[in-house]
Amino acid sequence: MSAAYELTIKPRKGWQPIDLQELWVFRELLGFLVWRDIKVRYKQTILGGLWAILQPLIGTIIFGVLFSKVAPIKTTAPYILFVYAGLVPWTFFANSLSMSSNSLIGSEQMIRKTYLPRVFLPLGAILALVLDMLIGFALMSVLLVYYHYQVTAALLWLPALMLGCFFVAAGMGLTLSALNVRYRDVKYVVPFFTQMVFFLTPVIYPLSSAPPKLKIFLALNPMAGMIEGFRHVILGSAISGELMWTSAASATLLFIAGLFMFHRMERTFADVI
Amino acid sequence: MQPAIEIKGISKQYRLGEGAQMYASFREALSGKLKNPWKTRRTEKKQSRVQKNSFWALKDVSLNIEKGETVALIGSNGAGKSTLLKIISRITDPTEGYIKVRGRMGSLLEVGTGFHPELTGRENIYLNGAILGMHKTEIDSKFDEIVSFAGIGKFLDTPVKRYSSGMYVRLAFSIAAHLEPEILIVDEVLAVGDVAFQKKCLGKMSEACSRARTVVFVSHNLAAVESLCSRGVVMHQGSVAFDGPSKEAIRFYLENLGGDSGSSRSHVVDLAASSGRPLKFRPHLKKLELFDGDERPLRGDVPAGGPLKAVIHLNLDMPCTSFDASIAFDTLGGQRVCTAHSAYEPDREHEERTGEQVFTCEIPSLPLIPGEYKVHVGLDIASGEADWIEDATRLTVLKSDFYGTGILPTKGLLLLQNRWSLEYQREEVAI
Repeated sequence: MSAAYELTIKPRKGWQPIDLQELWVFRELLGFLVWRDIKVRYKQTILGGLWAILQPLIGTIIFGVLFSKVAPIKTTAPYILFVYAGLVPWTFFANSLSMSSNSLIGSEQMIRKTYLPRVFLPLGAILALVLDMLIGFALMSVLLVYYHYQVTAALLWLPALMLGCFFVAAGMGLTLSALNVRYRDVKYVVPFFTQMVFFLTPVIYPLSSAPPKLKIFLALNPMAGMIEGFRHVILGSAISGELMWTSAASATLLFIAGLFMFHRMERTFADVI
Repeated sequence: MQPAIEIKGISKQYRLGEGAQMYASFREALSGKLKNPWKTRRTEKKQSRVQKNSFWALKDVSLNIEKGETVALIGSNGAGKSTLLKIISRITDPTEGYIKVRGRMGSLLEVGTGFHPELTGRENIYLNGAILGMHKTEIDSKFDEIVSFAGIGKFLDTPVKRYSSGMYVRLAFSIAAHLEPEILIVDEVLAVGDVAFQKKCLGKMSEACSRARTVVFVSHNLAAVESLCSRGVVMHQGSVAFDGPSKEAIRFYLENLGGDSGSSRSHVVDLAASSGRPLKFRPHLKKLELFDGDERPLRGDVPAGGPLKAVIHLNLDMPCTSFDASIAFDTLGGQRVCTAHSAYEPDREHEERTGEQVFTCEIPSLPLIPGEYKVHVGLDIASGEADWIEDATRLTVLKSDFYGTGILPTKGLLLLQNRWSLEYQREEVAI
């Protein structure tokens, strides 16, 4: 028996550091949880993985007709490309919030009967959705070819933006999932919240079309920077560096705050769930 | 050498009615914050709720468990055994005290945790293994053994939702049985599966115990405790009541505490709100009444070999054609002696029924030797378990003159109907 394996269990109070070593020991479990979520999601569905692109695609068609024919919105790239490039990360964000916030109460048995780094449950739910985002972007390339649109070297920033998106979704998802254990109100708040934020995020309109005073408020939302960023790297639309750095910083902060928040609330999960 | 598990002054406080209260208090928490933004939640908690609506599930428990020791925690429901296991396995934090664990620990508070019904047997082996803390390479190397132990060979690639409940449990236990940590924490998980499989599990468990691992074991099956564990710790109301060799611990438990659970000395036993019902069952069984052969109510004791009549009231919330009730008798040690089951009745007619039903079971002669027995009541619908009351009541079998000789066996469990004759002594006639 190695001395390294000594573990002390005692009451914990207040903010606590996150045990990264333990997360590393359990890393395979995170992989299995992601794999489970992906496997289960499309079992017994007829369309299977097609659902990953159906959501942004149908949105694109509706908004495309609405805002290029009914009430035109001026964009540099064709509106279809513009809105699809926004809807793919947005779909990821919205689904992440709903999946992660329910991930803990959906695994009640696991929380009450086993010990595992619980942070993996919401994180796994979100990571499983990254695959959908990738499929979404794969279809994007088809659209780009169809519209004869040239991409630039800026596309290399795509993984960084996806990471940023993950940070925003995870930061909020972790907090919401932990709150949901105690207050089931969260379950009702999340769909409403995402619906409202959808309009406050430049998904179907460019941030540049907002009046300057409103723009500052809209830029507070880190998803605004992320989505504008995606458009910049894929479609080459103009972007302000300031907005990008603010969004990147607030996304990272949001993620770290979410981790600590979760870690603090995690202790009572088994007792209150 | 330092103990494998060192438990020092562990206490755990729970707030009562927390679930319901907490959801409602989101509003209160918000409005409270608005009215008095500087008052923190913590001071508020200290003042009112904690003292009024709290109880100590564990109070100042200290134990040292040495490396290689097999320790059983014994106690009635609510004695704090499971809470202690949950704290050792880090599922919940203690309120006071500390525990030091030296060695790689694996805990098994339930089999099949995290099983996903949509996934196949193969997929669930990997998922559940990872949840129990096994690495992929470890699962790979034990995979074949797990599959053959569970006996699910050809169903390996079928989603587990299509498994029979027996197969499901066998697979779940089989994964758990192949967990090989240095310290193993096991809660009542042996009470699963059919008798043959239970035996196999016990075998696997004792194999684990003999491999000089440290095992902490909670079970109501006292026979298993006695055969597997060297040391027994009796818990009562959150504290350690006795600590010593397992045989003595069992005796202490039976003599001092064993009688206080579920035993009601009335001939009518309320099953609807019984605490012996596993959480997974909805309360179908309502009432059990016991009578002697002359329809006189029985108050918990019956003469050895005497007649017993049991009346079971139950409620079917859906129309059923195939439903059966059963009564099982266990020794206090948890060994099943015999079972009366309406499915054994050759004249039983099956017709569609719904609502309140009354089953009457007549046992002309209860063949148990004097002693105390646990009585369990069960209900099967469409040959699946629909309800089960563990330890619904206790039955004391009194000495009687069953054989007409005033003599009764003192060993074994059963009164055997037997007749003896001695052949006439042959006269040795000289020819």
